[in-house]
Amino acid sequence: MRWPWRKASSPREPRSPRRRFITPEGVDLQLELGAGGARAGAFTIDLMLQLAILIGASLALAYLARGDKTGLLMIIWLLGAFVLRNGWFTLFEMGGRGATPGKRLLGLRVVARDGARLTGGAVIARNAMREIEVFLPLSFLGMQASQGLADTFLTVFALTWSGIFLFFLLFNRDRLRIGDLVAGTWVVRTSRAKLAGDLIATAPAERREFSERALNLYGIRELQTLEEVLRAGRPETLATVANIIRAKADMPDDGDDRAFLSEYYVALCARLERGMMVGRRRENKHAA
Amino acid sequence: MSALVDAAGAAPVNASRFRAAHGAEWEQLERLVTSIERRSVRALSDEDLIALPLLYRATLSSLSVARETSLDRALITYLEQLSTRAYFQIYGVQSSLGSQLGRFFARGWPDAVRALWRETLVVVLFTIAGAFVAYLLVRSDPSWFYALLPEGLANGRDPAASADSLRESLYASDQNMLATFAAYLFQNNAQVAIFSFALGFALGIPTILLILYNGLMLGAFFAVFVPKGLGPNFTCWLAIHGTTELFAIFIAGAAGLRIGGAIAFPGRIARVDAAVAAGRSAATAMAGTVVMLAVAGLLEGIGRQTVTNDGLRLLIGLAMLSGWLAYFYLPRKRHALALA
Repeated sequence: MRWPWRKASSPREPRSPRRRFITPEGVDLQLELGAGGARAGAFTIDLMLQLAILIGASLALAYLARGDKTGLLMIIWLLGAFVLRNGWFTLFEMGGRGATPGKRLLGLRVVARDGARLTGGAVIARNAMREIEVFLPLSFLGMQASQGLADTFLTVFALTWSGIFLFFLLFNRDRLRIGDLVAGTWVVRTSRAKLAGDLIATAPAERREFSERALNLYGIRELQTLEEVLRAGRPETLATVANIIRAKADMPDDGDDRAFLSEYYVALCARLERGMMVGRRRENKHAA
Repeated sequence: MSALVDAAGAAPVNASRFRAAHGAEWEQLERLVTSIERRSVRALSDEDLIALPLLYRATLSSLSVARETSLDRALITYLEQLSTRAYFQIYGVQSSLGSQLGRFFARGWPDAVRALWRETLVVVLFTIAGAFVAYLLVRSDPSWFYALLPEGLANGRDPAASADSLRESLYASDQNMLATFAAYLFQNNAQVAIFSFALGFALGIPTILLILYNGLMLGAFFAVFVPKGLGPNFTCWLAIHGTTELFAIFIAGAAGLRIGGAIAFPGRIARVDAAVAAGRSAATAMAGTVVMLAVAGLLEGIGRQTVTNDGLRLLIGLAMLSGWLAYFYLPRKRHALALA
């Protein structure tokens, strides 16, 4: 949760996950970057799926291999494992959805940073880099460990290597992996929301009159916070907010918090919009 | 516009009038986009297909207007998400797999390889230098051989082996595991090719080391076979698959070098932009080497075991080499293939 009122007090703006993304029509879509946690989750899901398929297919092949077709089955296994390891991410991301099953599940999508179509070359580049980010050090470590050769130094080295690359995306503002860096891609959230109902239409016919002073209290940021409060509709929050506004505007408590706030919202919204029409956009309560 | 003016008396706030005027368009777009996301573009009727871009543009313009005139955050969020979903369905969708592959083989791959010619030359020089050094080292002191090569790889083909056993190793064939061997060689080499591409990120240094080591091994083997008078035989044994396999390794190494080079020396453009431009084209070339290595695996696993005639081996190798060279480097018409 972000705290809307923090911005005024702290000199540094909180880092927004939103990024400019201009469509050919010239509209900025303001894409939201995928969070580090979601990225890690998606990767883990993909890894688990790959492992499950590998194990399942190996068992099935081992079962079939009781006959005398071992050579053919061996070839299928070798090539299948290669495609599974290198093709899983690449083929899924080259598809129309731009996402592996894990990414789809967590609402992520790979997008070219320049707003152009995601090309095959970019997808291959971003996933080939995964080899040195994750698979190379860990498989090397696993190989050495299986032969009892992994000493502390090697373990630390391999884990540090992978660690640097794994956490690389937390150290830059666009949440880029090395692969994203080289391929010119980033991973964004795909969210789908229904259009929430219109607060104005549900507000009762105006009964209360708000004084000039009451309407001068707040700006756009506070209005939109009020919108959130009204949409969430929790009685305690409504009561708290209503009481604060009443106290500031010097209005009597008439016991109907919800109706009071709805009407105040409509009145404030209309007033701020009138201001915007003549070029006065009052961002928050501190602005004039 | 008239709807907005008419409704002005009814609703006190822009957002409500705006919703009333355009809500139907947004809902229709949402319905179309959802059905494309669920199934595919083919799920749409002809009228819907024609309506889709119009609805998309109408929604984009709604978004722009809403941002400037409305304070209803739920509305703006909804329009942003709907426009984004529609954008990906309209601009982000890939062409079919078949036409992507067609474009890759017709233009993308040879273009990418040709763009790497400078790096490819560097890699060839490093391989030759490595081979030369290893050859001289092993000739002067055979114990170098054991330092350069792991025991498993040499497989008895070391300086202590007799000429007869060496000759046998060149012509022996293990008929029953041919295809498996080919598959194993392919996936092993392809993985190494992907590594040498990815390792290029570290300024290309690990890639150069890999390439140099590859050259050293090559030279060390020559130093074993040449003194026993088997130089030409070994060359033919190597040529049948080696022209394809080594070429693929050169290209994969060159792709790695290209990325490292772009990051180290970006020139006039920003480092990140240089890395992206290099990464995308080098990745295309690298994907091609996987195809080449599949061919090399077949030649090595099956071709070399069944063809034991030196001349024929050399001929196949040279034919493959000239085929690849012609495919990659012969100039071709600019647009003829792109349109096909």
